[in-house]
Amino acid sequence: MSEIKQHTLEPNKWVDAHSDYLFNYTITRVDSEELAKDIVQETFFSGLKAMKNFRGQAAERTWLISILKRKIIDHYRKINSTRGKAEVKVNFYEEGDKKGSWLEERVPQSWGNDAEKNIENTELKGTLDDCIQNLPEKYRTVFLLKNVQQYETNEICNELGITASNLWVIIHRARHQLRKCMEDNWFAK
Amino acid sequence: MGNKLFISCDEATTICTKNQYKEASFFELIKLNIHLLRCKICGLYSKQNGKLTEMCNKHLQKAECENKLSNDDKEALKEKLKEFNM
Repeated sequence: MSEIKQHTLEPNKWVDAHSDYLFNYTITRVDSEELAKDIVQETFFSGLKAMKNFRGQAAERTWLISILKRKIIDHYRKINSTRGKAEVKVNFYEEGDKKGSWLEERVPQSWGNDAEKNIENTELKGTLDDCIQNLPEKYRTVFLLKNVQQYETNEICNELGITASNLWVIIHRARHQLRKCMEDNWFAK
Repeated sequence: MGNKLFISCDEATTICTKNQYKEASFFELIKLNIHLLRCKICGLYSKQNGKLTEMCNKHLQKAECENKLSNDDKEALKEKLKEFNM
């Protein structure tokens, strides 16, 4: 039987030991530096408040990251919906004989083989970002949590109070919209 | 998603999307592949969906460990934590 290592917390060393890591983790997931700093600070505050609940099962950094992840999700929840009010378009017939088949006007078009339109092109990032910004709030949030933050499906479902099949419908529609947006604004141009 | 072997384009593209995150089940992949044998449109969609994944992987994830807090920021943060902890 191996002995289980008990981890301890040393809040006095948190800033030196973990702040860069937490900051870097955050800045790749939110849009601004100021916001990232605030979230890191909030994380440390919550950590201090929750110290007595620390059971020593996880390493200090892992524990702090789990708090940080919650803070980031909270942020995503709070973002007001001034951006991306675009409606989600339907891609398939919703009833009748053709239920579930492609609507003619939503059928994917060939993207061609233009080398300049290659996904290596750094300018593509701008178009991709714009397309993501144009997704409706809820779709953008779930898409970013899944894609950029690489949260687990069940983590997102628990935090946002949705079922796994809701989540897949949202991601499915978000990706349809993104695909179409990239087709119109990048590949067809 | 039901147990039928033949699925609609809507279902097929949903499975295709799950598969982008490696979360489609084995049975779902069988249903998707049967569908792709018959449906050229979903074939094109699958290809483009894969490209979309490549784009996102390439352009949305930034490299780790390139951003650091300045020493001033850290000192300020330490002060705030001290105050908070008193």
